[in-house]
Amino acid sequence: MADKALIGAIAVTRFGLGARPGDIEAASEDPIGWLRAQIQREGADQPVSFPLPASPPPKPLAPTPVAFGAMTSAGPTPPEAMARMQGQAASASSAPLYSAAPPPSAPLAPIPPRSDFGAGRPLPTMEAAWRTFQQYRDDIKGAKADPEARRLAVIPINELAAEEALARARLASSAEAGFRERWALFWCNHFTVAAKNQDTMVAVGPFEREAIRPYVFKSFTELLLRSSMHPGMLLYLDQAQSIGPASVAGQRRKGSGLNENLGREIMELHSLGADAGYTQADVTEFARALTGWSMANTPNAPEAPPGAFLYRDNFHEPGPRTIMGKTYADEGGQQAVKVIVDLARKPQTARRLARKIAVHFVADDPPPAVVDRLEQTWLRTNGDLAQVAVALITAPEAFDPTARKLKTPNDFIISSYRAANFIPVNPARDVVGPLNALGQRPFGAPQPNGWSDVAADWAAPDAIVKRLTWAQGFANANAPQGAPQDQARAVLGERLTPRTLLAVSRAESRSEAFALLLLSPEFQRR
Amino acid sequence: MTAPLPSRRTVFTAAAAAGVGASFLGLGRPAAAGAFAGRKLVVIIQRGACDGLSLAPPIGDPDYHGLRGDIAISSDKALAIDSQFGLHPKLVKLHDLVMSGQARIAPAVALPQRIRSHFEAQDLLETGGAQLYQSTTGWLNRTLQAVQPGQTLTALSIGAQEPLILRGPAQAQSWSPGGRLNDQTNRVANALMDLYAGDPLLGPALASGLQTEAEADAINGGKPLNGADIQAFANTAAKFLVAPGGPSIAVLSLDGFDTHANQGAETGQLAGRLSLVDNVIAGLQTGLGEPWKDTVVVMATEFGRTARVNGTHGTDHGTASCLVLAGGALKAGGIIGDWPTLQQARLFENRDLAPTLDLRAVFKGVLIDHLGLDRRRIETAVFPNSREAQPVTGLV
Repeated sequence: MADKALIGAIAVTRFGLGARPGDIEAASEDPIGWLRAQIQREGADQPVSFPLPASPPPKPLAPTPVAFGAMTSAGPTPPEAMARMQGQAASASSAPLYSAAPPPSAPLAPIPPRSDFGAGRPLPTMEAAWRTFQQYRDDIKGAKADPEARRLAVIPINELAAEEALARARLASSAEAGFRERWALFWCNHFTVAAKNQDTMVAVGPFEREAIRPYVFKSFTELLLRSSMHPGMLLYLDQAQSIGPASVAGQRRKGSGLNENLGREIMELHSLGADAGYTQADVTEFARALTGWSMANTPNAPEAPPGAFLYRDNFHEPGPRTIMGKTYADEGGQQAVKVIVDLARKPQTARRLARKIAVHFVADDPPPAVVDRLEQTWLRTNGDLAQVAVALITAPEAFDPTARKLKTPNDFIISSYRAANFIPVNPARDVVGPLNALGQRPFGAPQPNGWSDVAADWAAPDAIVKRLTWAQGFANANAPQGAPQDQARAVLGERLTPRTLLAVSRAESRSEAFALLLLSPEFQRR
Repeated sequence: MTAPLPSRRTVFTAAAAAGVGASFLGLGRPAAAGAFAGRKLVVIIQRGACDGLSLAPPIGDPDYHGLRGDIAISSDKALAIDSQFGLHPKLVKLHDLVMSGQARIAPAVALPQRIRSHFEAQDLLETGGAQLYQSTTGWLNRTLQAVQPGQTLTALSIGAQEPLILRGPAQAQSWSPGGRLNDQTNRVANALMDLYAGDPLLGPALASGLQTEAEADAINGGKPLNGADIQAFANTAAKFLVAPGGPSIAVLSLDGFDTHANQGAETGQLAGRLSLVDNVIAGLQTGLGEPWKDTVVVMATEFGRTARVNGTHGTDHGTASCLVLAGGALKAGGIIGDWPTLQQARLFENRDLAPTLDLRAVFKGVLIDHLGLDRRRIETAVFPNSREAQPVTGLV
């Protein structure tokens, strides 16, 4: 491995969201420890509404070290799996899985004194977000063809979407634990719920906060279950209305029936992968098992408030289901749980996710050794995502000094904000506008496989020109004071090349120098 | 399985009787001197599996309405092409083109491999392989290299992301609205060209992007373009093609066709997307102007959707779908390929419209007849292992 300062720079930029001034220095003391301390059982940080509290409580970089046995894993991880993980942790290498926190690095960036976005609200739960949607639905119905009433009806939905996008960008721009946030965003993209209609537009924020972020360092089985059951996913992949043809409701309502979208995408995108050897018949059987997984949508319903998960037994296709050679007895809503638990634990899932993580963090064509390490850890720990994260940040091959990953538009913009110590305040100007222009609209992945992770998708000639025009505009407004060469050193550390340093020092203005830094090959890649 | 070969007979078509039906023997016309000057090809990819049975409803098929229930396009609302087929009521402009002999449909096409994953199928559609994972480059990119020595064929993708179909060793242009340059960005760009020298990814991309941006500026007379106006967007894309030295090929993608729930019929979700399709075709035609007569537009999707409506008033992943050809260079004619019918016994796996024509057969026919490319090179470099997908000739 290269020297500590270089590893520190790699730790902050390749695994995190980019360096704020001071980050690389803080990480270089003990780069692996700095990354390791960000892995916490309780999950990722949560975006908060705007404006942030005047003085946010200092967030510890790491939890108090705890033994695996003491960790709570609400949900279906069986005790024997926990016991196995415990055994592994005890016999693991000398380094503890969760080390003590290093001293805090640079203080939180100052919060801009004023906002042009108005007062904030707490970010809603799924149920609260659903009330916004229901209000919209009622208002649109009442508006009929009146264009002004229709325009007014959609405003609360658009405001909520903008607020969600801003909150997410603010968290990423200010996060101390950049790796933890990258890890969370990786899983948010893996389990894509996109704003394709007004209903998914309100659901995507709650989905990420409720179904993904708390579970990204727990077992993959649990994460897959939480994602599959959340109303956001049920809406996005059309599960909520899927009805077994032989169910009570199916027999009664003509023209109702099965929708296999969620079943297919859980198998193909969320777990096994399309080449895992299952058939159309397996997909259809799984879709039948999933019938009944739905969302409450009636006011004053006794069973659950509108917007909450609801198992509707009268939608459920009765009978046993056979999926990939295994038969699952009819246990109502539990039938699909059993299937999902098995899918999560298949070796094809381990292999596929190991590769996907390596592609995200290391290289478009990752070294097989990294993929193998991740896969072995996954198999050994039954998909314990905390241990998989540790395997990633301790893989020597992942620290190759050559930066092979081109940043996605989102990560380019976020890392630019971090470099400038800038926290976005205006959702249109700072988040939605630039990401639209660069082809990565917030919560707007065009298809359920999420945003691409490879350079070929983001380095079209036009895309590079868009990066250039955005970077110059941003630098004109926000280039930091001080010597540009010092900023370059602070933001790239040992990764800074003499060529870029020279170009930055020769630029004719501070803003052009800063734009060049953001556009330099070593800032564009990580 | 592979799709059965199309027969020489095209059913339900007056054109066949008039002797304009497809023949499958020609070797393509030899490339004229100066080659591609004037000949333009636009490829539109509909992502998400567009429902061919709504795009071009088979109103004369006795099983159509029964299978489709409340999402069927009613016979009196469909824009009739002939006694058997109509177009979706939102496809007004496309219908005009069909009726004036400048557009045709191939109502039952599919990829050579039966796949129901969007992402695998889009990969196969764009790499042009006979099977998945045979190639990592796009078939249009390989087309750029399949020209005679001394010829140059160039392409442009429209949109911020470069589609796989154009990815590969040959550099292609790309463009989307909004990347305006000024003196300051030009200075930074100059410095960047130094920094990117020797960078195989960023260097060529920036150089190409700057050049295209300069062209866009000339095309639009320095006026910014509203990216939300799809017709203006297609219009500008077309102007790139006809600008002096402009590319011969343009690619654009439309998404949002994955209509699992509440698909709608004459209005609704899919109708909205098809209205967009119509605007894109209209924008291309007006943007191209007179060179529309030398243009072929090919619009294809990765697979079709289930023949039956599903339980949520939508359709699930199916097999065959409808391909659209448009452009002034087309010969008039009826539907391309056989219609397998929607009879229960003819449905693929008892659920999907069965394919009668391999998508590659149409693509090959267009490359050979319209761009004058050599069939042998097409079958070795562009669509390897595609011998059984005999090119559909006589389209232009």
